[in-house]
Amino acid sequence: MSTPRVVLVDDHGLFRSGVRAELGRQVDVVGEADDVQPAIDLIGELLPDVVLLDVHLPGGGGQAVVQAVKASHPEVRFLALSASDAPEDVIAVIRAGARGYVTKTISTAELADAVRRIAAGDAVFSHRLAGFVLDAFAGGPTAEVKPSFDPELDQLTSREREVLRLIAQGYTYKEIARELFISVKTVESHVSSVLRKLQLSTRHQLTRWAAERRLA
Amino acid sequence: MEHPERWHRDQFRQHGPFGLRHRHGHGGPLRREPADRLGGGVAAGIAAWRGFSPTAVRIVFVLATLVSAGWGLPLYVLAWLFIPAVGTDANIFSKARNDTGGIRLAVGLASLLIFVLLIAGALNGGWFISWAWPQVFSVAGLALIWRNGAPEDQATLRHLLEPLGAATDDVKPSRRSAWRLVIAAVLLAAGLGWLFSAHASLALLRPLGGVLLVIAAIVLALGPWWLRIARDLAVERQAKARAEERVDIAARIHDSVLQTLALIQRRADDPQKVIQLARLQERELRSWLFEGRSPDDAEEITVADGVRQIQQDIESRYGVPVEAVTVGDCDLDENLSALLAAAREATVNAAKWSGASVISLFAEVEPVEVSIVVRDRGKGFDPGSVPEDRKGLAESVHGRMTRRGGTATVTSAPGEGTKVTLKMPRSSLTAGRS
Repeated sequence: MSTPRVVLVDDHGLFRSGVRAELGRQVDVVGEADDVQPAIDLIGELLPDVVLLDVHLPGGGGQAVVQAVKASHPEVRFLALSASDAPEDVIAVIRAGARGYVTKTISTAELADAVRRIAAGDAVFSHRLAGFVLDAFAGGPTAEVKPSFDPELDQLTSREREVLRLIAQGYTYKEIARELFISVKTVESHVSSVLRKLQLSTRHQLTRWAAERRLA
Repeated sequence: MEHPERWHRDQFRQHGPFGLRHRHGHGGPLRREPADRLGGGVAAGIAAWRGFSPTAVRIVFVLATLVSAGWGLPLYVLAWLFIPAVGTDANIFSKARNDTGGIRLAVGLASLLIFVLLIAGALNGGWFISWAWPQVFSVAGLALIWRNGAPEDQATLRHLLEPLGAATDDVKPSRRSAWRLVIAAVLLAAGLGWLFSAHASLALLRPLGGVLLVIAAIVLALGPWWLRIARDLAVERQAKARAEERVDIAARIHDSVLQTLALIQRRADDPQKVIQLARLQERELRSWLFEGRSPDDAEEITVADGVRQIQQDIESRYGVPVEAVTVGDCDLDENLSALLAAAREATVNAAKWSGASVISLFAEVEPVEVSIVVRDRGKGFDPGSVPEDRKGLAESVHGRMTRRGGTATVTSAPGEGTKVTLKMPRSSLTAGRS
């Protein structure tokens, strides 16, 4: 597979140059942007395979970029990055359409691997995102949850829960596959299915959960 | 090899707390269910075993007791003695067999009751006496359970015996015993006289009044002995509590002082660091000894706070990054504090011995239990070959958990890292609130 073309969107110049230096040999960094509007313009022009997107941007946050680009170029894939990890921001970016989320403390090798997996159409969950998702889907459906057009979207299967738990414990996909006696492909499909539910569920609790978090 | 307790809990989860929705039992061996108890958890155990509702089993039991003139009670006590609790294979009786003090106590109590009943029976006690006879066995059985049962069995009995324990406090032995015996003798004589006198107009009241007087006499004469037995039980209870406290203190000292001493030895070449560690330890110890505050509960209010605290402490003390994820949250109680202390110990172990570059700490609060997983990708070890004197995992982690009804599982192999899984059931106090 060819080297993925990547655009970096982050308001910290130092971070951008750091990532560019580290990832330089493994991916093809074609452009950088430091705010929402410049990023939307640049991505529309360059049409990269993957956008590495900071969750927190001065002009409206990472989700504004995802929403604007997805409207015109749905084929561009986003990997969210953040240092602060406020759950509601992360979930918002994922629900806007990002295919994964990693923390900025991630090692270079892992980041390059995550970019390649996103480029190939997989979902990338960090241990923290796995925790957030488990939290957001906790408790199963209750009477107060307004059912979606597809009620299956409103809850995780026990297998998906198990996979998320192991991700939250720092397991790699390969280790999860060994632990659960399934193939790595199956692990990937579980994660993709969680991502789909996260993005499509109209689960009332997802919004309420985010709202509660914001207040706390 | 499935853990019996986990297996049980899964059953519990599927069938719901009251078991009203299911029709068949769990298919396993008959076990008492102390989690869902009114007495020894026998009814709940039978319910789970055969798939009935515990309430139905209890109603049947009460009806059977009424019909059989009180024989249901000793049968229940026998079941309590002979059916092991969930998650164990040994029943209380197997322990009680070797407890000579307990057997002596049981025989003493039973003979006392027999004596009382013989006298009452001779004085025509009516239906009350026929009901009371089976209770000789109940009393003996309960005494054995008290001496040999698990802490939760004793807690249940303690609940019943609490008023007696309070009554023992205002007994002054031997001073007034002569007067007491005189009054007892007078009452006895009066009672017997009344019983055997032929007073026609009081014919109906006679047996009742006589029995009352005789019982009063017996209570006066034998009451102190009986109260002394109750007091012995209370003393024994205190001794048990002290022993448990000692184990807790040993674990606490191991966690703080011994750990810091080990750290000081490893950093002996860095005087600055040694001083810093010693100061830190001194502060901890002082606050625990003199302010009655345990060093790690300063800011811990909820499980998530506690996990964050562990993460901070380990990162600053050992310089190993800890990736902490908490799902859900709830307030801390004693059990959950013990869970956090065990998790802290497991994390410290990972930071000190595994050599891993990062430790992951995962906590999940669920409606019935809280679980914490501490995992590293370090050296690992052979769990079978840990020397007896390295008490870290064995006492601090495993002991702490099992003393409070939790479980600790350690999976590790040389070269493959270590995973410590801790599970603690939530008490009714914190469950439901999240």
